[in-house]
Amino acid sequence: MTAHLPALQVVLTLLAAPACILVRGRDLAFLLALSTTWAAFAVSCLLLDQVLTTGTISYELGGWAAPFGIEYRVDALNAFVLLIVSGIGAVVLPFTPRSLLIEMVGEKAYLFYCAFLLCLTGLLGVAITGDAFNLFVFLEISSLASCILISLGPHRRALTAAFQYLVVGTIGATFIVIGIGLIYGATGTLNMNDIAERLPATGYNRTVIAAFAFLIVGAAIKLALFPLHFWLPKAYTYAPSTVSAFLAATATKVGVYVLIRFLFTVFGVEFSFEVLPTALPLMVLAVLAMFVASTIAIFQDSVKRMLAYSSVAQIGYMVLGLSLVTVDGLTASVVHLFNHALMKGALFLAIGCIAYRQASFRIEDFAGMGRRMPWTMAAFTAGGLSLIGIPLTAGFISKWYLILAALAADEPLIAALIVISSLLAVIYIWRVVEAAYFREPPPGAPTGEAPAALLVPTWLLIALNVYFGIETSLPVGVAEHAARALMGAGP
Amino acid sequence: MVDFVGLYNYWIVVFLMMAGLYVVIEHGNLVKKMVGLTVFQAAVFVLYITLGKVRDGTAPIVAEGIEIYSNPLPHVLILTAIVVGVATLALGLALVVRIREAYGTIEEDEIGDQDGPAI
Repeated sequence: MTAHLPALQVVLTLLAAPACILVRGRDLAFLLALSTTWAAFAVSCLLLDQVLTTGTISYELGGWAAPFGIEYRVDALNAFVLLIVSGIGAVVLPFTPRSLLIEMVGEKAYLFYCAFLLCLTGLLGVAITGDAFNLFVFLEISSLASCILISLGPHRRALTAAFQYLVVGTIGATFIVIGIGLIYGATGTLNMNDIAERLPATGYNRTVIAAFAFLIVGAAIKLALFPLHFWLPKAYTYAPSTVSAFLAATATKVGVYVLIRFLFTVFGVEFSFEVLPTALPLMVLAVLAMFVASTIAIFQDSVKRMLAYSSVAQIGYMVLGLSLVTVDGLTASVVHLFNHALMKGALFLAIGCIAYRQASFRIEDFAGMGRRMPWTMAAFTAGGLSLIGIPLTAGFISKWYLILAALAADEPLIAALIVISSLLAVIYIWRVVEAAYFREPPPGAPTGEAPAALLVPTWLLIALNVYFGIETSLPVGVAEHAARALMGAGP
Repeated sequence: MVDFVGLYNYWIVVFLMMAGLYVVIEHGNLVKKMVGLTVFQAAVFVLYITLGKVRDGTAPIVAEGIEIYSNPLPHVLILTAIVVGVATLALGLALVVRIREAYGTIEEDEIGDQDGPAI
C-alpha cells in the first residue's frame, strides 16, 4: 500500500473530480471533494514522513522503468511542497460551502468542486513528477482549472481577469514547453535526473542556453516574478475569496518550486550560476519586487488588491533567498514558501469572512470593522503581523533566516534591504488596522460576525502562524534537508 | 547558405512564434488574441515535429524493410500538447462569450472604459 503512495497522491483527486460531476448534488459533491482533499493531505504527510526516514522515493508509473517511463521522484523539497499544497487545500475547502461563492453558483456548486479538485491535482502533479513534459501537462491542468475558479468571482471583471490569466499563463507554459523541447533535442531524454546527468556532455551549447532562457522566463511568468507579475493582482482581486486564498497560498509556491527544480536539479548549480550569471539578475528582480510591489500596495484603495501586490513582494523574498546560492539562502526560501502560504491563506480567508457581510473591500468601507466583526478583524491583524514579521509569528522566522543567510553570504546591503522593505509592509497593514479600529463605523453599516464555518478555518491558519513562529523544527528541518540535497556537493 | 536554407523548418517556427505572440500583444480584440495564441502554440508543435524528423526516415512501423524511421516520441508529446491547446482555446472562447454577455463588446479598450474604480 505505502509503495503506491506517490501515484495515489495525484490519482485520488484526479478521479474525484469527474465523480463530483456524476453525483450532482451540491452537498454530496462537497463531501466527496472534502474527503479526497483530506485523504490527499494524509498521503502527503505519509510521503513526507517516508522521505525523511528512508530518503528519496522513486516511483515508476505503470511499472515502466525510468528514464523511459514517467518517474515520480519524491525528495524532501517536493514532499514539503506537496504538504503545503494539500494542507492549504484541506483547510480552505471547508470554508467554501458557507462562502459567498457557493451562494452565487447555487445548484451548480458541484462544478466548482470539480474545478477545485482538478486545480489541486495539477498543482500536486507539478510538484511530484520527475518528468519534464509531464510537468508541463500538470501545469496546464492547474492553470486551466484555476482560470475557471477565478472567472467565478462576484464582479464581471473576474471574467477579464480570468481571460488575462489564461493568455499569460498559456504563454508562460508554452515558453516552458519550448525549453523542454530544446533540452530534449540536446540530450534525448525527458527525465529530470537523466537530463541533469547528460547535460554536461553537451558542452552547454547554444541550444542548452536557449532552453535555459525559455524555461526560466516561463517559470518566472508562472510564479509572477517582477516585472512579469502584471496578471496576478487582477486575478487575485476579482477571484472569489476562497479561490484567492487557495491560489495565493499554493499556485505561486508551485511556480517557485518549478524555478528551484530547474535551476538546481535539472541544470545544476554549476551551469545555472557559474557558467551563466543567473544569480545577479534574479537578486535584482527580487529586490525590485520587494520594493516596487510593496510601494504599490501602500497606495491601493482595495484591501484585496493590496494583499495581491503584497504577494508579489513576498515572492521577491523567496527568489531573493535562492539567488544567494547557498544552503542557508535556499533554506530561507523554502521556509518562507511554507510560512507565506500560511499567512496569505489566513489573510485572504479573513477577507472571505468580510465578503460574507459586505461586497466592498475598499479601505474606507473597513471603518469600524474592529467593532463590527471583531473576530475576523483580529484574525486579519494577526495575519498582518505575521506578514510584517513580528516575533512569535511565522513571518518572523522567514525574515530571520533570510537576514542570517544574507549576512552569511557577505551581503549586508541585502540584509538591510530586507528590513527596510518589511517596514513598507507595516505601512500598508497599518492603513487597514487604523481604519478598522480607530474610525467610527458608518451608520447602517452591516454588522455581525461571520459564521463559525468561515471563522474556524481562518483561525486555524492563524493558530498555525503562531505555532510555527515558536516551534520551527518542522519547516526549518525539512527546508535544510532539502537545501543540502539541492546544493549537492556545491558550496 | 545551405545551412540557412536547410533549416527552413526552424525559420518557419520562429516566424510563426513571433507572429502569434505579436498578435496576442497587439490586438485588442479578444478573439484575435485567441487566434494569436493558437498560432503561437502551433509553432511549438512544428518545432517538436521537426526535432523528431530523421532524414530519409519513414513512419516508425515494425515491418520488413523499414530501418530508418523518425523518432515517434515528439509526435506523441505533441498529441498531448494539441489536446492541451484545444482545451485552452475552448476555455478562452467560452470566456469571450461570457465577457460579451457581460459587457456587450469584445474589444479590450471598450471593456476597460466600462468599469469604475477597483472594488
